[in-house]
Amino acid sequence: MLRTFSLVITLLMSVFSASAFSDEFDSLINQLPHKKLRNITPVLTQIAEQDNDQVRFVLTEILNGDLYYLKSNKQVVSIRKQASGDYTITPVLGGDAVADQSKSAMKKIRTSNSIRSHIRGLLAQIDLSHKQTHVRLNAVKQILDDPSAESIELLKQRLAVEKDSDVTELINTAIAVNQLKEGDSQAKLAAVADLKGSLEPSVRNAMVEQLNGLNEYKLNELSETDKALKAALTKSIDSIKQKRSIYEFVENLFFGLSLGSVLLLAAIGLAITFGVMGVINMAHGEMIMLGAYTTYVIQQMFPQWIDYSLFIAIPAAFIVSGTVGILIERGVIRFLKGRPLETLLATFGISLILQQLVRSVFSPLNRTVAAPEWMSGSWQINPIFSITYNRLYIVIFALAVFFALLAFMKRSSLGLHVRAVAQNREMARALSVRSDRVDAITFGLGSGIAGIAGVVLSQLTNVGPNLGQSYIIDSFLVVVFGGVGNLWGTLVAAMSLGALNKFLEPLTGSVLATIIVLVGLVLFIQKRPKGLFPQKGRAAE
Amino acid sequence: MIPDSIQSLFSNKAFKTLGSLPVVVGCLFIATLYVSICNLAFPADSALHVSTYTVTLFGKYLCYALLALAVDLVWGYCGILSLGHGAFFALGGYAMGMYLMRQIGDRGVYGNPELPDFMVFLNWDSLPWYWAGSDSFIWMILMVLAGPGLLAYIFGSMAFRSRVSGVYLSIMTQAVTYALMLAFFRNEMGFGGNNGLTDFKDILGFSLQSDTTRVALFALTALFLALGFAVCHFIVNSKMGRVVTAIRDSENRVRFIGYKPEHYKVWIFVVSAMLAGIAGAMYVPQVGIINPGEFSPLNSIEMVVWVAIGGRGSLYGAIIGALVVSYAKTRFTAIMPEAWLYALGGLFVLVTLLLPKGIAGFVPALIEKLSHSKQTKSVSNKTTSEVK
Amino acid sequence: MKLKKLIAASSIVASSLVTSMTYAAETIKVGVLHSLSGTMAISETTLKDTVLMMIEEQNKAGGLLGKKLEPVVVDPASNWPLFAEKTRELLSKEKVDVIFGCWTSVSRKSVLPVVEELNGLLFYPVQYEGEESSKNVFYTGAAPNQQAIPAVDYLMNDIGAERWVLLGTDYVYPRTTNKILEAYLKAQGVAEKDIMINYTPFGHSDWQSIVADVKKFGSAGKKTAVVSTINGDANVPFYKELGNQGISAEDIPVVAFSVGEEELSGFDTSPLVGHLAAWNYFQSVETEANAEFIASWKEFIGDDKRVTNDPMEATYIGFKMWAKAVEKAGTTDVDAVEQAMIGITVPNLTGGTAVMNANHHLSKPVLIGEIQDNGQLEVVWETAGTVIGDAWSDFLPSSKNLIADWTAPVNCGNFDIKTAKCSGQNF
Repeated sequence: MLRTFSLVITLLMSVFSASAFSDEFDSLINQLPHKKLRNITPVLTQIAEQDNDQVRFVLTEILNGDLYYLKSNKQVVSIRKQASGDYTITPVLGGDAVADQSKSAMKKIRTSNSIRSHIRGLLAQIDLSHKQTHVRLNAVKQILDDPSAESIELLKQRLAVEKDSDVTELINTAIAVNQLKEGDSQAKLAAVADLKGSLEPSVRNAMVEQLNGLNEYKLNELSETDKALKAALTKSIDSIKQKRSIYEFVENLFFGLSLGSVLLLAAIGLAITFGVMGVINMAHGEMIMLGAYTTYVIQQMFPQWIDYSLFIAIPAAFIVSGTVGILIERGVIRFLKGRPLETLLATFGISLILQQLVRSVFSPLNRTVAAPEWMSGSWQINPIFSITYNRLYIVIFALAVFFALLAFMKRSSLGLHVRAVAQNREMARALSVRSDRVDAITFGLGSGIAGIAGVVLSQLTNVGPNLGQSYIIDSFLVVVFGGVGNLWGTLVAAMSLGALNKFLEPLTGSVLATIIVLVGLVLFIQKRPKGLFPQKGRAAE
Repeated sequence: MIPDSIQSLFSNKAFKTLGSLPVVVGCLFIATLYVSICNLAFPADSALHVSTYTVTLFGKYLCYALLALAVDLVWGYCGILSLGHGAFFALGGYAMGMYLMRQIGDRGVYGNPELPDFMVFLNWDSLPWYWAGSDSFIWMILMVLAGPGLLAYIFGSMAFRSRVSGVYLSIMTQAVTYALMLAFFRNEMGFGGNNGLTDFKDILGFSLQSDTTRVALFALTALFLALGFAVCHFIVNSKMGRVVTAIRDSENRVRFIGYKPEHYKVWIFVVSAMLAGIAGAMYVPQVGIINPGEFSPLNSIEMVVWVAIGGRGSLYGAIIGALVVSYAKTRFTAIMPEAWLYALGGLFVLVTLLLPKGIAGFVPALIEKLSHSKQTKSVSNKTTSEVK
Repeated sequence: MKLKKLIAASSIVASSLVTSMTYAAETIKVGVLHSLSGTMAISETTLKDTVLMMIEEQNKAGGLLGKKLEPVVVDPASNWPLFAEKTRELLSKEKVDVIFGCWTSVSRKSVLPVVEELNGLLFYPVQYEGEESSKNVFYTGAAPNQQAIPAVDYLMNDIGAERWVLLGTDYVYPRTTNKILEAYLKAQGVAEKDIMINYTPFGHSDWQSIVADVKKFGSAGKKTAVVSTINGDANVPFYKELGNQGISAEDIPVVAFSVGEEELSGFDTSPLVGHLAAWNYFQSVETEANAEFIASWKEFIGDDKRVTNDPMEATYIGFKMWAKAVEKAGTTDVDAVEQAMIGITVPNLTGGTAVMNANHHLSKPVLIGEIQDNGQLEVVWETAGTVIGDAWSDFLPSSKNLIADWTAPVNCGNFDIKTAKCSGQNF
């Protein structure tokens, strides 16, 4: 193999570092700082053709935007950011390590999308023989999506030595797709049979393209093989279509659940303050906002622990929002007992104040909340269906919060007190429940959970002063739809509103979907004036 | 000690008369006259001159006052807390806006005699059916009343018949206005989308830019406010009004006695919606723009806040509330642009905590305290009983 | 009852007194009409600070016409009718000589009748949909032909895009821009089925389905590009979803017209490297003027991490032009300044000069940048020279015959060259 041979060469080369072989490579690298964005591509192609073990390194560095040159002497260097914030600077072509330089003394070897995708193509050919399976797999995928005669040839060579079954399968797919495009009718027919069951988009695209080609002729103009090919293609495409529509349904369902979880998290705190205590808490959205800002502050305090910051932020947000909630209850709401509608006005005032407070403290601009590594990216279940990790974790987390809260309300003695006060304050007091304290704790709990919702929302949307406002109406609707004072109702309401929205959206567009859901909700309440799960008994009146 | 004469002047009884029909109407008349004369008669550099800016500003406040009156009628007297009155206000506004839009005629930037500018640029070739007739003044007046009235009737008769009440009702009204907001934001609706309707030229042939028209509009708003007040006053003091108040205090008892509360509720809801529609219609030519932002639920909450601050369950209180809050907002946004939300938010909190009956309930109570009233506690029965 | 009357009367008297007191002006008043609260505060507060900085600098340099500049800041609170009211307040009560303000189209539309009626002067610093030219407004942001069309050209010629997704928030700017682009793309031979258009409400936060749709649309074999006119707040969740669903810029590049350095500073951009934005200014452009501007901005705001963006440059250019025009006219009188403005040149921060044209729009260079992992945008393409802002798009059937020219014989913002008529103007 050429590559193994080159390895030997480079081993030799490392002995004679100033060998003639590397001259061309060196000169190519030294050309990089002088090239404009428009004409850098040929240089890169030439670099890729060099037999030098640094080729892959250089290309990856360019791809990742880590290749720079010193402004002073145009020396090409690669830089790495250290945990301390400093950079280590290594010259690509050997030589003395460069002394500490500020970043402004260097300039990046610039790339653009087209250059990067060109590099990816070059790298894919090199990576076909990479040690790690997933690198090879990605390389084959890259070639599958953007094949060339040359790369298909490389794939065929690779197939002979490839041991991993996944990679082999994908290589076979790529070769079959090529065969479908280039081969004669008989070969095409065989390729269609090979590709059966593959969900790769490029497979479908190739099939559709072939079918369209055949459709240009009348049926009686086609040869027998072509007729068979046409039938096979139609059948395969139909089966792909069918599978796709199943996955589309599953996808929509998941989208609905994930939207539902967000609604659930936003509404569940309100289900407590509003549902259990009867306080129309217009500042609920601002409690969510405070939770999101807490996440931001935590990340600012521990910049080195971004991956774990959420675990600190969740309790912190609970405490911050909970404390603010207790302060509001003690300072304002306590005096409005028995006047629930007036709590609307007071908490509306509070929400204005809190918004402006955040604007004054953190500025009106959105704040950056970083996503931890483990929450980024998606879980590719098959080529056409994937679930993003952050949504997946949010669904799980929302349900966890819900059941924890449910257990608290149903199992703990404090939960018992909360329910008792909600149902009959006088009676509870008579049984020596300190209703004042319970009120404060209930409100704190509801606000604290809103704070937790804020942590989650900080992963999905803007962290800014208006964060809360965009969720307050939805939250009220969810609670009312589910039935005030019923946690299960809130769960069912959130999930069904989420799913309904997501199934309508592809049909009507998102604006109309929201409107339809709202109108449906209004009509539903006419049928069931107390929501899905009305409270029963005397306390309900 | 306060002399007897003053004491009697400020006595509770005197304050109750503050809310009486002739007093409110008289006040409005005098204020309008003052503003109009000072604007038109005195030159701009005279100390007595009231600028056109002030006239339009006050015109806007009066629209808000009329709106507050509408909210108070259903909330203060019938116990229906509507968080969606902005929808009726905006519908009235849109009816007026459509009329004004058609009055532009071929003076739009594209010079199309038939279509408003935003339709020309969306490539529509004819007016949608619901714009038919919008160039007629009579039609506009009808729509100002019918649009909000119809919505209120449909929503009310459904909701009140199925006995949706309390918080559920409030949230549903909010959902309605929210849905309407989203709908009007859509450009396909044919109401100008987010930009709404704007750039009006004249009304009934009078230029909207001239001071005389502005003063006339202002005076007209005052007139409508006075009329609205009279209507509300008449309603709440009629036999029907008594039933409505009784529904507020205990709907079930009223039902057991043999009345049908939903009929009364629908009826008063429709009247209130029409008043809000009129307020919207007067608002648009003075402000110069109507857009879907008026449907926003936050606006509707603000209306409720006016009433709460002014004094729920007293008609003049609602007017005072709207004027005070709007004026505060205007001043605060100019004096302390960075901190006005603190002031406004603080005002809301303090008023709810300290003045449970709003300004209209507080001032008489204060006077009463000061003058060591000999009267026993036979005070107003118009207390704000709780809404379930 | 007397009390109430008294209150009413005294407040009226008081306000009329205030009006008459603010007369004798030894300063030149500059109105600043940007929302400091509400939904638009996030974008507009920066512009308020920019104007304040410009005023401070001008005052340090001796003011204008020997007078000091005095800012009058009001908060229209993202409330469109309030914009009109505040404009009236600034013009008739505060008697300001010029207003810098507005961000959204609707706020400008709300203000427009008032500045025309009271003959004020407004500088509007944000990219917008065009289809307007008022005697009293100077548009220093980009018109669609200074942003959208060059961006599409770049995607088509340099990236080779064949399928197009036009995503936008449902309001007038995206609607118009997409209309123009659709007409433009079809004129370039793109088939109807290769264009997908989608509108979302303001502040849309759940992008799962739409991003998944884009992914599907883009997996049909042809190179696909997304043109985004998504507004403000909705961008962050959109880009986060894009990153999470793994749509890389190399597969499906997204070019945005409303996303600049400031929007990007609100989130982690590392998954978005390579997505594009088209503007007339980027902070990363290395010129002396720009370095100076960035340094003084950071110093003024007291925050080393604050970024600069295109509307700030537009405000900068607008302010400099106004100052030059006032000096040229020797007065702050609106009519004189308005005439003096036409033809005024000011160096761009990114090099070259901006010229105020007779249609009240600027000539500016168009830059296309790729998002970097540090939240900056690096230029990958730029127009050879400057592009003249076109008030009326040639790609819309309704406006292809219209031109704007505020110099002598025409003197009209919407002059129909076919009928030689100027519609709807009363000056």
